[in-house]
Amino acid sequence: MSRIAERFTSLREQGKKALIPYLTAGDPQADATVPLMHAMVKAGADIIELGVPFSDPMAEGPVIQRAMERALQHHVSLSQVIDMVAEFRKQDTTTPVLLMGYLNPVEIMGYETFVQRATQAGVDGVLLVDLPPEEAEDLLSHARQNGLDTVFLVSPTTTQDRIKRLSAASSGFVYYVSLKGVTGAGHLDVGEVLKRVGQIKAETELPVGVGFGIRDAESARRIAEVADAVVVGSALVRLVEANLTSPQQAAQAVADLISSMRKEMDAISPRSAAKMHNL
Amino acid sequence: MAQVKYNYPDERGHFGPYGGRFVAETLMAPIEELTAAYHEAMADEDFLREFDYELKHYVGRPSPLYLAERWSNEIGGARIYLKREDLNHTGAHKINNTVGQALLARRMGKSRVIAETGAGQHGVASATVAARFGMQCVVYMGQEDIERQAINVFRMKLLGAEVVPVTAGSKTLKDALNEALRDWVTNVDNTFYIIGTVAGPHPYPAMVRDFQAVIGREAKSQMQEMTGQQPDALVACVGGGSNAIGLFYPFIDDEQVALYGVEAAGHGLKSGEHAAPLCAGKPGVLHGNRTYLMEDSDGQIIHTHSISAGLDYPGVGPEHAWLKDSGRANYVAVNDEEAMQAFHDLTRIEGIIPALESSHALAYAAKLAATMDKEKTIVVNLSGRGDKDIHTVAQREGITL
Repeated sequence: MSRIAERFTSLREQGKKALIPYLTAGDPQADATVPLMHAMVKAGADIIELGVPFSDPMAEGPVIQRAMERALQHHVSLSQVIDMVAEFRKQDTTTPVLLMGYLNPVEIMGYETFVQRATQAGVDGVLLVDLPPEEAEDLLSHARQNGLDTVFLVSPTTTQDRIKRLSAASSGFVYYVSLKGVTGAGHLDVGEVLKRVGQIKAETELPVGVGFGIRDAESARRIAEVADAVVVGSALVRLVEANLTSPQQAAQAVADLISSMRKEMDAISPRSAAKMHNL
Repeated sequence: MAQVKYNYPDERGHFGPYGGRFVAETLMAPIEELTAAYHEAMADEDFLREFDYELKHYVGRPSPLYLAERWSNEIGGARIYLKREDLNHTGAHKINNTVGQALLARRMGKSRVIAETGAGQHGVASATVAARFGMQCVVYMGQEDIERQAINVFRMKLLGAEVVPVTAGSKTLKDALNEALRDWVTNVDNTFYIIGTVAGPHPYPAMVRDFQAVIGREAKSQMQEMTGQQPDALVACVGGGSNAIGLFYPFIDDEQVALYGVEAAGHGLKSGEHAAPLCAGKPGVLHGNRTYLMEDSDGQIIHTHSISAGLDYPGVGPEHAWLKDSGRANYVAVNDEEAMQAFHDLTRIEGIIPALESSHALAYAAKLAATMDKEKTIVVNLSGRGDKDIHTVAQREGITL
């Protein structure tokens, strides 16, 4: 069983939902990343989503775009991001790490090399925003052989047929994008999320995580009531951006937000969590 | 040997290993909707008739084919014919495609169109058809380009478009494209994205080619009429590559016709400051398709340079990538200085001020013609007129207007 699957199983046994914070690797500089990952785990993160900087991040809103630009000022590469995960693993062998990024850096490294290096470093899964399953055959075959989970996005515009295809290509969990638009935008419609999570669950046994638009403890709790995992990105990156000169203060602010989300999410009664699992 | 007809892309939009659909999941549904609408429209005689009508009465087609006799004599080689896309409404080939896509948008019931633009030509062509068909229009343009192309920005505004400055990344065309994709992902329900070149996710490369192929079809019959035969070579500049594909496509199966795509060598291919992914880049994935890119060893897209804003793009249409690998077309590069020389030559010798983009094609055609016999013929796509570039030319030559 992969580290991601194990984590979801153990959370389910405890009647808890997964909290998945995002950070852009190398933002604002390379040596800030691993300490921030540890701080996230300490504050209650279950899985870390680590963004790989790309020069043309088409699905990102301005907050994550700026984070990637900061990282790229120091030329933080995919290769370095993989090394960061190896560094993180020296102290933490249990928290799953999911790389999130765009296809081109992986394409240039080569699918086979990427998958081998990533798994050796202790990366557990990969999500490539601009790689739909139709184009993912090569990556999928290398990932399956090496036990790397592949997470695909389902969006508000995805048809039921495609949900089936995306679920089949996914392992670890399925990621539902809760709104039309870029990261960090818009307002959540929890009723709509509930409905779409149900449609995904009709196609797969995999846990369903929900991201885009979750910014505080309250919205994290509302999503945790209807999904297996809550992904938080721009709200955390914004805190890094607000504390560019002090990595310690940034880590503290990030940890505080994660703790408050953790607390709210864990306050959901086990009954409502169980109800969710039976959807 | 039986002739196998050129038949690309495949059903999923692949030209060999290139093309495809590399987009965020939210865009898959609108892209599938667009693909279906495009196939339906291209099979619908009413749609094609309407498109032809607009091309004739609004754009002013067919555009003339002109023998540049004095210039050809001066070069002393093959005779050079110019396909006068500069005489179209709005002054470039871009309008052929925007008319086609606007008709498709109307057919799909989309009331809002968006576009990206570099030099502003595609933005102007999009704003023009939006005015013509009564649609809301938003054009994304890099902050740097807005400053360089003030006149086109004002033209778009006069036409009723909203011009949104893009301040992310390198603040140029590629970033405008990113921003347009972000708009589309947010407003998929009522918005049609008019991409200006033969790049982007399938069906854009094929669709834009089909709307631009009128250039090559006309050139083919005009050459037959004027010379009684087909040309020996075709030459066109390649940024994204829409004017080149428009000219080449109807000739691809005529293997005796040589095809030359001319990229921008900027300060020279060796300087690294250029916009020539086919000549000096390598394959990768950007803006929804796999193609040759200007990128570093980490897969980050790098800064490009060309004196001509319309060629200043780090990617290229996937069909060109395939025509290169398959050997059907040749790709070469011309630097800023050579393009400037051709700009002046055509202006002084033929009384035609070409766009700096087209000047790259002219510069290569002059070199090529010099190596060919006088009985041979070359068709150059004069893709746009150069009025928009006179400030750039003056500035380069130290002249204050």
